[in-house]
Amino acid sequence: MNDGSWKIACPATSSLPGNVLTLAEGEGGRMTRRLLDETILPRLGRPGCCKLGDSAILPRVQGELAFTTDSFVVSPLFFPGGDIGTLAVYGTANDLAVAGARPKWIGVALIVEEGLQRDVLEAVLDSLARAAQRAGVSVMAGDTKVVPAGACDKLFVCTSGIGEVLPPAPPGPTALLPGDELFVSGPIGQHGTAVFAARESLDVKPVPQSDCGPLWPAVAALREAGVAVRAMRDATRGGVSAVAHEWADACQATLHLDEACLPVLPETRALCELLGLDPLHIACEGAMLVAVEPGQAERALAAWRDVCPRAAIVGRVISRGAAPVVIRRALGNDQPLDEPWGAPFPRIC
Amino acid sequence: MKYVDEYRDPHLARRMIADIRRRATRRWTIMEVCGGQTHGLLRHGIEEELADVVETIHGPGCPVCVTHADAIDFACELARTPGCALASFGDMLRVPASRGSLLDARAAGGAVRAAYSPLDAVRLAQRDPNLQVVFFAVGFETTAPATALAVRQAAALGLDNFSMLVAHVRVQPAMEAVLASPGNRVQAFLAAGHVCAVMGCESYASLAERYRAPIVVTGFEPLDLLAGMAACVRQLEAGEAHVENRYARSVRPAGNPAARRLLEETFEACDRPWRGMGVVAAGGLRLRDEYRRFDAEFRFRRPASAVALPAVDANDCLAGEVLAGRLKPTACPHFGSACTPETPRGAPMVSSEGACAAYFRYRRPAAAVAGEEVAR
Repeated sequence: MNDGSWKIACPATSSLPGNVLTLAEGEGGRMTRRLLDETILPRLGRPGCCKLGDSAILPRVQGELAFTTDSFVVSPLFFPGGDIGTLAVYGTANDLAVAGARPKWIGVALIVEEGLQRDVLEAVLDSLARAAQRAGVSVMAGDTKVVPAGACDKLFVCTSGIGEVLPPAPPGPTALLPGDELFVSGPIGQHGTAVFAARESLDVKPVPQSDCGPLWPAVAALREAGVAVRAMRDATRGGVSAVAHEWADACQATLHLDEACLPVLPETRALCELLGLDPLHIACEGAMLVAVEPGQAERALAAWRDVCPRAAIVGRVISRGAAPVVIRRALGNDQPLDEPWGAPFPRIC
Repeated sequence: MKYVDEYRDPHLARRMIADIRRRATRRWTIMEVCGGQTHGLLRHGIEEELADVVETIHGPGCPVCVTHADAIDFACELARTPGCALASFGDMLRVPASRGSLLDARAAGGAVRAAYSPLDAVRLAQRDPNLQVVFFAVGFETTAPATALAVRQAAALGLDNFSMLVAHVRVQPAMEAVLASPGNRVQAFLAAGHVCAVMGCESYASLAERYRAPIVVTGFEPLDLLAGMAACVRQLEAGEAHVENRYARSVRPAGNPAARRLLEETFEACDRPWRGMGVVAAGGLRLRDEYRRFDAEFRFRRPASAVALPAVDANDCLAGEVLAGRLKPTACPHFGSACTPETPRGAPMVSSEGACAAYFRYRRPAAAVAGEEVAR
């Protein structure tokens, strides 16, 4: 709350107990080096790496590179199924994967609020390191700033990521044509509901879990099976609906979805029914919408039998009607589907 | 999902629609009271399917929509007061008043918190004794028992930093105001199921009799709404006018006695201005004298304003006409152009239970939705 008062932010070593981070640790110099040596590098550094320059030098790759950037401000920092560390890795890696690029390298910049418990930062970094290993990415660059109490909420993580494009990259949503089939890689709306339930301490059983996870294995499986993909997108903020609207805008056709075909877990559905929300508007962090040429969807689902066992065909592209995205409801009536225009749950990623 | 899927069965719905069509010998006019019912009728295409035998007039059953702009202005003022924090249901945050919404107040540095329960606001006050926490108590009799509980809890804890801006409204007086208004066309009601779960439906008997209008307690799923419509049409065709309970899985005739007792002990009826409708006699709830110290209007010395407030919004929003059932949202000149969920001129466009929002979500555009027929 802004009460008009102001405080001096003094970066000198503080008298706070050693189990919290202090401004001094973000000011460069000995305190920062100690933070790096004792807390950050043992968790994120690569074995045998002793060279800490201002930039990482990356090896050449054969083809084109994909580059992405992202930032993570989720609250709470830890939630069922993930935390800000796993989100930072998978969110970045997935942006690369859906562009048809194998994720390879990421940079991680931390903005830490003064007074954050040291063991909280350590737990986030441990989790980030495990996620990086699972996603097959290396942390090549980083930065740490500590800001005065109140200038951020505990911990923000900013990332950038580079991947190697493995042709053929999908042409993207401008290439969508009437007849193309639409499917999702798994149940939708899990991440947003999990974070919300955790933040509000809602007593829902089973406990909603975030679907935070890497999408590259699914993308790779489609590639290996030779599925002709038109477009792929991970359905983060705004959910599947946001992606559908973006694609409809790009291709000037209509995306027709069938509510009865959408995979939604019971706990997601329960929370949505309770709060009057549509799972189509709620963020996922490990699910993507894919558009393929006509007749390819079944082949894709067969290729995904082990990787994405709960994938489902959810609709198709049709010629443009009055609405960019249409949903067939429970009683069989077709209606325009809203584009989400504001966050039902703020700060879920 | 239990209590949901079986009430969305498309085959049963088709049979019920056919049954209503068979029964009706003319077109009847039915008002569904609750905004949640409006959304259900539109979302599932029921209004459209039955349009030639039933005209649905959308009732003022959106408590966010009918909360007067003046109350929201005061809430914004409290949010901007140093040392105060305003806690409110999320749906209320975006409703525009005469000097912006609560979200605008927050963006300008005011202390506004979204709360899912009034008990959250009590906990906030407990945690921070230096903060004056005000809970914006909006809602029908459905939410008032939770507010009553919060006041009692605050009293038991001896909190001197918790109060409530009470904007609760009562459904039955509004229904009577609709029936009594000159030129009223409403012939029957789908009564608000959740309100009746608390208050019961026995008190509607005199209303049904005096105005010769069937009142059917109805739920929110498609089959609930169709059952309510069918009961109304059956009574209207037979010239009957009594109360029927078609939401028996949630509603008992006497309602919830414990909740009603809590309400009676904590609140009393008062006249209240409903946004766009003018003052509704006995249309609100206020804290009883013994809890007056928890009334934010009393604590923060706000001058009494109730009766003199204008019935219409200064910005020419026609919410009042929509809420009283005299105007369909699509007939409003601002609908879909100057007034959208992103740039709402009034509450019915921004509230999740508002009729204008329902039309914008489910009935836009009015023409064919899909570019081609997609096989069922």
